[in-house]
Amino acid sequence: MEPTTAQLHWMYETMVKIRHYEETMAKVYLEGKLPPHIQKGLAFDIGSGPVPGEMHLAAGQEPVAVGVCAHLTDNDTVVGTHRPHHFAIAKGVPLDKMTAEMFGKVTGLGRGKGGHMHLFDPAHKFSCSGIIGASLPPACGAALAAKKRGKDWVAVAFFGDGAANQGSFHESLNLAALWKLPVIFVCEDNKYAISVEKSESTSVAWNAERAASYGMPGVLVERNDALEVFQAAGAAIARARNGDGPSLIEVKTDRYFGHFQGDAEVYRPKGETDELRKSDPIKTFADYLRTHNLLDDATEQQLSSRAKQAVSEAFEFARTSPYPEPEEALLHVFV
Amino acid sequence: MSAPRKLTMAAAISEAIAQEMERDQDVFVLGEDVGKYGGIFGATQNLLSKFGSDRVMDTPISETAFIGTAIGAASEGMRPIVELMFIDFFGVCMDMIYNHMAKNIYMAGGNIQMPVVLMSAIGGGYNDAAQHSQCLYATFAHMPGLKVVVPSNAYDAKGLMIEAIRDNNPVLYLFHKGIMGLPWMAYYEGSTNEVPSEPYTIPFGKANVVREGSDLTIVTLSQMVQKAILAAQTLEQEGISAEVIDLRTLVPLDVETVVASVKKTGRLLVADEDYLNFGLSGEISAIVAERLDEIALKAPIARLGVPGIPIPYSRPLEQFAIPQTETITKAARQLMGGRVLAGAVA
Repeated sequence: MEPTTAQLHWMYETMVKIRHYEETMAKVYLEGKLPPHIQKGLAFDIGSGPVPGEMHLAAGQEPVAVGVCAHLTDNDTVVGTHRPHHFAIAKGVPLDKMTAEMFGKVTGLGRGKGGHMHLFDPAHKFSCSGIIGASLPPACGAALAAKKRGKDWVAVAFFGDGAANQGSFHESLNLAALWKLPVIFVCEDNKYAISVEKSESTSVAWNAERAASYGMPGVLVERNDALEVFQAAGAAIARARNGDGPSLIEVKTDRYFGHFQGDAEVYRPKGETDELRKSDPIKTFADYLRTHNLLDDATEQQLSSRAKQAVSEAFEFARTSPYPEPEEALLHVFV
Repeated sequence: MSAPRKLTMAAAISEAIAQEMERDQDVFVLGEDVGKYGGIFGATQNLLSKFGSDRVMDTPISETAFIGTAIGAASEGMRPIVELMFIDFFGVCMDMIYNHMAKNIYMAGGNIQMPVVLMSAIGGGYNDAAQHSQCLYATFAHMPGLKVVVPSNAYDAKGLMIEAIRDNNPVLYLFHKGIMGLPWMAYYEGSTNEVPSEPYTIPFGKANVVREGSDLTIVTLSQMVQKAILAAQTLEQEGISAEVIDLRTLVPLDVETVVASVKKTGRLLVADEDYLNFGLSGEISAIVAERLDEIALKAPIARLGVPGIPIPYSRPLEQFAIPQTETITKAARQLMGGRVLAGAVA
């Protein structure tokens, strides 16, 4: 399955947008969190500043999001993780409302109630959760609904190498295969589950191997490459749309930042991240496009500016939006 | 006699574990990121370098499997300390906890032991939203079979942890993230206090009267103890004398100390960070209500807690949802003037 030029440009622009978003957020997140603005004696205060709480950034993991979402429409469902920005952006979740949510503003996707790990956008069938392994069962449910309604829509569950050892992974794969659900399970192997390396947590070398145990195809994408993800995802999604059931895709990708912002990463070999950044998948993709005369300086400049503009507008919207009234906390337990 | 030194609650917990691991070879630790990382909230800091990976074991994200493993190891006479990263994650492994860890001793008619310490991080106030900010101690106190320990400061934390490790029953040990003394989260400094170097225990079922008073009794625990102390200081300036009781353990619960205090003051304010409805504050209130033939109340009972909502992310919403120091002060003032309806304190 080969991507169209439009898809290639979309993937490139979206990866640039994601990267720029994550790097912007990495800076903005630090506002108000460092001395001298915080409690004396602390190096960092997670609860301070305009974007308080935890922050998990996906820089380096862009190929997984764009390679899969290039095949999806607004009718298809994506369920993401605690590290959700790249999935959300690739799925078409509006940047302004997403950012406003992370700033805790009333204009956010969840009116400030959910925050960065709990983004819900029903218009684009996107949701995510902070519980490891919680993306798989709901994706099965969205797939079940599509099947019951006779649609060729699919659902995608994203999760990490750590989640593949959680019970919900095993249950979901079995159920999806048993009921032949149009769901694609995509495992981002970024090597780490916080501080624990995959080799220290997983009894097999590749989670793709586990697919056979559950009666579905398993594909390993060994390079952090948008095109390779695109091809593997394309095949899996076509299978699902065709009524042939679920697939598992495992992508070897790279986590450029820590598990969360503020993570001292003591468990990571010195210089590892710098080394990873040398094979930046966005640069590799740009080189590929140039080689095939699909990208020149002017186009690159245009796509890049547009992406950056979208990001800065989103942050501006978030900053200038109002907070909810405190008593609004009591609303929306039920509808 | 040891020289006085202050420890953070995280360091105190880790020291307690280290001293018991030195004393007893059957004690070992398992959980996510307990090794190199030292525990996400520092509860197992420095243990890996002291004891090695055979006794400080990083696990996969498989809570049912590794908590079940702790239960099985305990049945063989080992004494595991297993960390559940956030109490909010109990959902993925609750069967092991409440159907097995909590019930096996009873179902066996007391013929077996279950020397497991299940420790976990609780609490909000730093914008970690609905799935990472809960307390939930009442949920675990409600279902029979687990001892529930909730320290408010480093001194108590060490003594209670050593007591927990030596107990042959399952102990759920819950430490509030906002009093661990972490270098990356604002915390109430009263929780960092003097901790003796030698091992010591604090018995379960013995609440601590942190501050004596005569006008009202504030019953509380965990981080809320530190807020209550600050509130009591403010109230004193206004001529209101508040007695603060730190429950320390919910199971067993020190009913005697609570009853004696409310008998003395005639006014009860329960300050709780867990959910208001069907929980701890209702239990304390019922205990007092059952004794109205011996306790003369000067005002209806007042309760503070999270009002029947998931904990919201946005700062103004979270501060509304979780009782603050100022909420306690206001409630106390209102209590002195008459009735306080739960949830009506703004």
